[in-house]
Amino acid sequence: MTRERHYIPESRQREKPKSKYFAIGHSMKRVEDTRLLTGSGTYADDVSLPNMAHAAVLRSPHAHARIVAIDKSKAEALPGVICVMTGAEAAEVTGPCADFSSPPTPQHCIAVDKVRHVGEAVAAVVAESRYIAEDACELIEVEYDPLPAVVDIEDALTSSGDAVLHPGRGDSNVAMQRTIEFGPVDDDFAQADLVIERRLRWPRSGGTPIETVGATAHYDRGTGKFTIHANTSMYNYVGWLIAVSLKVDPHRLNIVPTDAGGSFGSKLFCHKVCTLAGTLARAAGRPVKYLEDRIDNMTSGDAHGSDRLYDARLALKRDGTMLSMRLKVVDDYGAYFQYGVGQHGNAMAQVTGPYKINSVEVDLTAVLTNKCQQGAYRGFGSEVGNFVIERLVDAACEEFGIDPIEMRRRNLIEQDQFPYIMPTGNMYDSGNYQAVLDEALGMIDIEGWRKKQAAAREQGRYIGIGISTCQERSVFSATEFWMWNPNETPGFTLSSSPESVSVNIDPTGKAFITLNAPFWGNSPETMAVQVLAEKLEMDPADISVGYADSDKGFNSSGPGGSRFTVMIAGAVSGAADVIKEKMLRVASHMLEADPSDLEFRAGSIGVQGVPGKEKTLAEVALHAHYFRLDLPEDHDLTSGIDAAYVYDHPVTTMPSEDRTDLGIFYPIVGHMCHIPVVEVDVETGKIDFLDYVAVHDCGTMVNPMTLAGHVRGGTVNGIGSALYEHFHYDESGQLHNALLSDYLHPTLMETPVDIRVGHVETPSPFTEYGIKGGGEGGRMGAPPAIAAAVEDALKPLGIKVDSLPLTPKVLRGMIREAEANGG
Amino acid sequence: MTTPRTVELVVNGEPRAADAEPRMLLSDFLREKLALTGTHVGCEHGVCGACTVLVDGESVRSCLMLAVQAQGAEVRTIEGLGSADDMHPLQEAFWEKHGLQCGFCTPGMLMSAVELLESNPTAGRDEIREAISSTLCRCTGYQTIVEAVQAAAEKMQGEGQ
Repeated sequence: MTRERHYIPESRQREKPKSKYFAIGHSMKRVEDTRLLTGSGTYADDVSLPNMAHAAVLRSPHAHARIVAIDKSKAEALPGVICVMTGAEAAEVTGPCADFSSPPTPQHCIAVDKVRHVGEAVAAVVAESRYIAEDACELIEVEYDPLPAVVDIEDALTSSGDAVLHPGRGDSNVAMQRTIEFGPVDDDFAQADLVIERRLRWPRSGGTPIETVGATAHYDRGTGKFTIHANTSMYNYVGWLIAVSLKVDPHRLNIVPTDAGGSFGSKLFCHKVCTLAGTLARAAGRPVKYLEDRIDNMTSGDAHGSDRLYDARLALKRDGTMLSMRLKVVDDYGAYFQYGVGQHGNAMAQVTGPYKINSVEVDLTAVLTNKCQQGAYRGFGSEVGNFVIERLVDAACEEFGIDPIEMRRRNLIEQDQFPYIMPTGNMYDSGNYQAVLDEALGMIDIEGWRKKQAAAREQGRYIGIGISTCQERSVFSATEFWMWNPNETPGFTLSSSPESVSVNIDPTGKAFITLNAPFWGNSPETMAVQVLAEKLEMDPADISVGYADSDKGFNSSGPGGSRFTVMIAGAVSGAADVIKEKMLRVASHMLEADPSDLEFRAGSIGVQGVPGKEKTLAEVALHAHYFRLDLPEDHDLTSGIDAAYVYDHPVTTMPSEDRTDLGIFYPIVGHMCHIPVVEVDVETGKIDFLDYVAVHDCGTMVNPMTLAGHVRGGTVNGIGSALYEHFHYDESGQLHNALLSDYLHPTLMETPVDIRVGHVETPSPFTEYGIKGGGEGGRMGAPPAIAAAVEDALKPLGIKVDSLPLTPKVLRGMIREAEANGG
Repeated sequence: MTTPRTVELVVNGEPRAADAEPRMLLSDFLREKLALTGTHVGCEHGVCGACTVLVDGESVRSCLMLAVQAQGAEVRTIEGLGSADDMHPLQEAFWEKHGLQCGFCTPGMLMSAVELLESNPTAGRDEIREAISSTLCRCTGYQTIVEAVQAAAEKMQGEGQ
């Protein structure tokens, strides 16, 4: 269907924001916690099946090599070994892993013919214990023929011949190149008084949760059906693609979700581990557990984050008015390309940030190198865009001598401009950016810190204050995964990206909610309980939550893109409407009153204006369950009170055919302001946080306590990305920090003592109750603010921050150089 | 190296015994032989701290200790702390203060905190930060964990008076 450009569909919001809530907005203790606090959670490694065997994987020491020969005879002879599989053997029964790139970059759960990164699986062993399986891996002899390793992002642009990772895609490691102009970029640049230009580098880091990925698979020879227990997320969305890899019909694969010990995006799909465990279980004739160890996860977990080099330009008028941007970006995707350039589709949702920028040109090149492939990490590519635009804005402030706060004040989109269509065509649904800035400035004494900064500089100490004002897009529509594809082969049509729920009221009037997406470390149960309690004015303690496996589950896209709270609120709200309608119908018969005269009171249904004339929910539920035939004839009223509801994406439109308008695809847009105060020890390069304020607007808050938890946790992830974390590959493609002793997460000692969180609530006009997503914001706002603070601290030395992470070693290098130059 | 031996020890106050190869890690022994899966294994190289348990009252990375080394020892794990109906003050405080999100590091955090508060009931914020810094948490940013331990310390002191 062809629509006019920038068409905004009518809102389908049914539950308007309220001034007073029954359950929403309360900092309720989490539903998930009692099992987790008592050691009763069921994580991937906690699954145990009768007669279960254990797998371990032999991993490539080479970044790029042909596999010439594998001798597994010694491994097979080891007592306790059940079977050993090479890639060639696995490929006889199992196809390539799921892959959304076009054309594909086939990846097998065990490499076939060629390894493309250090840590890629070369063979797998199934044995009576993990210990024996690991012993056996050491007995497998592999002969490799090394190929040239492509490691440097710019070398990847020109490499050819034997250095090409996937010759089937052509004689190049450039996986994709495209330039799109959104709006009159040339005209806007022609009007500019100043063009800021920076070369910026965003480093490869990753979610690296404390729990790795694991799967326990069983293949039933009697039915030809697989059951796989795993800590995967999108099992009711794209889990069926694992069945395709295993070469069975999707109904012959049941994926059972486990609790996940953190994901941060990294467990979005986990298809390779599931495919491997299934393949091994079928071969072994026994249930098989495969759990990544730490090195497996770091070298081959398919979840490294963005790795980008930008040549970025911002055009401005003399008064600081931002006009347009030109971004030339190269992104190092590693050895495979599972989500295509989905991360850059994502980034287009908010590429011009919260500012009134009229146009933008993006020249995108994705390259393949001999590294672990990219997956998702909190922000999914948009966090990098925030870093880039904020660095440009700060550079402009420096150039013009405008205060960073004043610069933002002048350029932030105004409250009366919403809904706002930004240059790429995405919509920002609502916002009050000045209010967020005001709230943040009200929480911190900037003038006081400036005085302390000046006093400290007198003493040779370096204190810096940074600020970022950033977007947090939420609730993706799947167009982001294919919008960069060639116009002739777009991929799909408009996707509904739904979330679903079922609700059963038991005969005593209490509720059971079934989610179709897993616990991945967030608070899905708490969110669902608070929304259902709100709708039914029920005691949250009377509601329990469970998770459907893929046999019983239905349409769910799962968490990701900060969508779950918005989407599950829509699904629960819809299901609750069905429940309420049926309860009112049953109660109307019991009370001999018209349903329109009834109302929900806390725990009961009564006749409006007639106190005491009521039935408790328990009485209504009991009657509905057992005594339907006692009620008067009522066509299609059936026994029981149950509902299943699928909630589709609240507002999305198609990209234009020429892609100069990407349509609305990430429209529920939050905003944040981060203000860190840091002190840099110029002798050691160590950074301490003296204060940290983070104000977020995520629309209506379901639970302020858990939202603040996300903000703080995300901020500390952002501190890791800004200051410590970087997968370090050397020139031969060896990964030097595949352990947590070398890949440095922030410990408690590197984090602020008090991240002071503030909230502003601007409800979305498109979602139920006006909720917006808030799962990723901390990591999306912290890195640019910290970069600005460090640059501010080191201003006397003339140091510019153009790349991350700012490890002590990197900072010391910059300081040494500045001092040598007389800075 | 692979001939199993019987390991006898006391776990959460109960005498337990099971066979283990001498190379078996205490973490694997607790999880696989004694079905105590509340102790989590995150890195298997002693960095993350999720597998922290108490052996004879002292915190130990159970992924860096062999089960046979725990012969005759008294081991405490998260399963011995309290149940959903009867929580330890630390568990209650973690729940109250939102001291956990995914819950994977939580057993290690709790056992480190138990060790601290049993030896130093009046521990202040800096001592708590020091004790807790041995364990990695990727979700919370640590702040609410420290607040939870502080709250539990205050509550336990109040109860002790």
